[in-house]
Amino acid sequence: MAQHCYHCGVDCDDSILWNDKVFCCAGCQLVYQLLDENGLCQYYDLTDMPGMTAKGHFVSDKYNYLDNEAIQEQLIQFKVGDQAHVVFYLPQIHCISCVWLLENLHKINPGIIQSQTHFEKKEIKVVYQPSLITLKELVQLLAFVGYAPVIHLGGNDWLKKKKVNKKQLFKIGIAGFCFSNIMMLSFPEYLSNNAVELGNLRVFFIYINLLLSLPVLFYSASDFFISAYTGLRQKWLNIDAPIALAIAVTFSRSVYEIVTQTGAGYLDSMSGIVFFMLIGRWFQDKSYDSFAFDRDYTSFFPLGVTVLQDGNEINKPLAELTKGELVLIKTDEMIPADSILLSDGALVDYSFVSGENAPIEVMKGTLVYAGGIQKGRAIRLEVVKPVGQSYITELWNSPLLKSEKNAEKSFVHPWSQYFTIILFAIAISSGIYWSIYDTSKIIPAVTAVLIVACPCSLLLAVTFTYGNVLRWLGKSKFYCKNASVIEEIAKIDTIVFDKTGTLTNHAETRLDYEGVPLSHFEMLAIKSITKESLHPLSQLIAQYYFSKVDGVVEVNKIENFIGKGTKANCGDFEVLIGSASFLASNHIAVNQQPEGSVVCLAINNQFKGAYKVNHTYRSGIFTVANNLKKRGYQLHLLSGDHPAEKNNLIQILGTDVTLLFEQSPIDKLNYIQQLQSQGRKVMMVGDGLNDAGALQKSNVGVAVTDQSHLFTPASDAILAGEQMSVLDELINYAKKAKLIIVLIFSLSIIYNMVGMYFATSAQLSPMVAAILMPISSISIVALSALLSYLVSSTIRSKN
Amino acid sequence: MGVIVLLIIVSVFVAGGFLIAFLWSVRTGQMEDDYTPSVRILFDDEVKSAAYKKNDKIEENVINHLSK
Repeated sequence: MAQHCYHCGVDCDDSILWNDKVFCCAGCQLVYQLLDENGLCQYYDLTDMPGMTAKGHFVSDKYNYLDNEAIQEQLIQFKVGDQAHVVFYLPQIHCISCVWLLENLHKINPGIIQSQTHFEKKEIKVVYQPSLITLKELVQLLAFVGYAPVIHLGGNDWLKKKKVNKKQLFKIGIAGFCFSNIMMLSFPEYLSNNAVELGNLRVFFIYINLLLSLPVLFYSASDFFISAYTGLRQKWLNIDAPIALAIAVTFSRSVYEIVTQTGAGYLDSMSGIVFFMLIGRWFQDKSYDSFAFDRDYTSFFPLGVTVLQDGNEINKPLAELTKGELVLIKTDEMIPADSILLSDGALVDYSFVSGENAPIEVMKGTLVYAGGIQKGRAIRLEVVKPVGQSYITELWNSPLLKSEKNAEKSFVHPWSQYFTIILFAIAISSGIYWSIYDTSKIIPAVTAVLIVACPCSLLLAVTFTYGNVLRWLGKSKFYCKNASVIEEIAKIDTIVFDKTGTLTNHAETRLDYEGVPLSHFEMLAIKSITKESLHPLSQLIAQYYFSKVDGVVEVNKIENFIGKGTKANCGDFEVLIGSASFLASNHIAVNQQPEGSVVCLAINNQFKGAYKVNHTYRSGIFTVANNLKKRGYQLHLLSGDHPAEKNNLIQILGTDVTLLFEQSPIDKLNYIQQLQSQGRKVMMVGDGLNDAGALQKSNVGVAVTDQSHLFTPASDAILAGEQMSVLDELINYAKKAKLIIVLIFSLSIIYNMVGMYFATSAQLSPMVAAILMPISSISIVALSALLSYLVSSTIRSKN
Repeated sequence: MGVIVLLIIVSVFVAGGFLIAFLWSVRTGQMEDDYTPSVRILFDDEVKSAAYKKNDKIEENVINHLSK
């Protein structure tokens, strides 16, 4: 009888009943009890089963390093008297209940004065009294209720980022204010057509306009001038150069007209252009704050380690770990540096480092590598190499990665250069024309050309289209670091996949049993035995039988042999579950052990069969691969795993897909580089630390993640695992962005030609400019939004 | 006509007031989170349920669990 845990919603049997509610484990039950006791059960009313599974996730010693004052200082934002402010990143925040619980933490512990969440950034700001609750206790409490914070040292970068963003909003606000007021005050000028005598009022309006345009020119538009200047200093004409020129010419001609009282100038057009372009940039820069794209290996490693010194456990920051020290690693902790195992045996999960499926048994005295996660009980290690020189971390020091990604200039920039050249050609030729026919019109015509033909429509088309495309991709859970990633995706011709965790699903491990069919009672016995052990494989077996048989039976005698297996008596049966060598040592002949299996089973001294761990392939993944092949992409597969699946994959993917197995992280990195040296543009799709180098090296690195709050290695884009099934459509959509831009750009050329007609014939009145400018800007923005919406239908329908 | 001059000046100042309000809201971070406040306002004040009794035993359990 499958039920859902009242706290976390995980399927479970009704073995833990408390207050008429079913819980999957003692952890979930305790969280419920804690909330219940503090009158916080509204948590469960706001959303159904909002909690995080507590099972195995809570290790209280994990945060011991927070007692270290140097670490505390880095985390606490400020401290006045007995009040400290601290901000944590809680990636688990996902619903209203989360917000509610986190903002009511003060009811659980009086030491917490106030806590405030930021839903979109998934952050919580806590004000607390260090005399009543220590930082460690605070983090433990958060972790206990299911919101373990992700802690980075020296991670105050986000503060800087925020300030930059604010400045941009200030500039937009001021430009908008000035633009709308100038526009309003210019109306009499346009409408009067000199028919009504405005007298002094006209002069008054014009001078107010001039005054209002000053903050636009000197504050709001300053970025364009700075960018153009730095571009020119590097002898490079970027897209901001013609814009800066247009703004400068417009302003000087306006000032000239106002001072000589020959006209009202084009101040409204100028401030309008600045306003629209700032909005465009803001729209494009709107980034995914809660994602970090630039993580290096340090984000994966713990901040502190437990070091054994003269028999005492001492917490030490990871960076201070030196060769020869003894380290204590508890269950589910990560091995911080390459070390020698001193304890009897360990079960290390290297899936993140190497891509191997199953945890590996390690014997005493052998080398264990940094990045592995200890799955068995606590072990002692002797550090052989400091953290920075360990096998996995060396990848980051590899000279192959030192070469920065060749930041290719956007295709917009060469266009803007042609644009500038054509612009000058038109300006000069109209100047020559008027020097022959009417010299008084030289200056008006030339300046009008420069005013009207500003490449802002091109810039708007680009910024808004990329902004829209980023947003639609984001809605499909494909988060790109920035707009240039979209351009890069359009150039891709080769796609390299990782297997474990990318093509397969980390979260869904499938266990297969091969051997003699088991009776109902035998299955029940195995379920009851394996349920008792915390060994991950044992847990998997228990889960395997969970859906097959109901209930449990009493287990009489149970003996665990660490690193080998379990021996137990259940009814009349003596059950042995463990490695083949464990069965052999109990004098049981293991015949026909299926390939790739990890756990063998014997009942009453008879070998029954074996269990095989398989990760299931993501649904639709092979359709995607075939679609991509049809679209002309070259596909490759690099796996760190053993080639057991090779024949299977060849059958599904076809023989034209390169399949490589047992690839180390460096192999993957080299392979990408080799492809690139053949002139191919490579997209790497991977998930683990073992792909990190390849992700970094490739033209577009896409990190696949099943839970957005899990760590992803440094990448250009993050893709939710379930969206792998529409990867081909997502790539196709990103490709179409360029097409949209070209279309909109042609429209803006038409506007420019109309403007040019007025300009070169020296008829450009402020009113024509003031009409043309907003019409072109608004229609471009609207068209960009419309086209990117229509084209996105292919990815929306699959959501 | 003189009144128009006055009205224009007043209107610019009124608009300036809105600009200052905008700049202030950006400065104090009100533009940063546009979701949480909308949720927060819907939370009911203090629901005193019958279960709201201090139970030392549970607290002990939690402490034991924490220090395990």
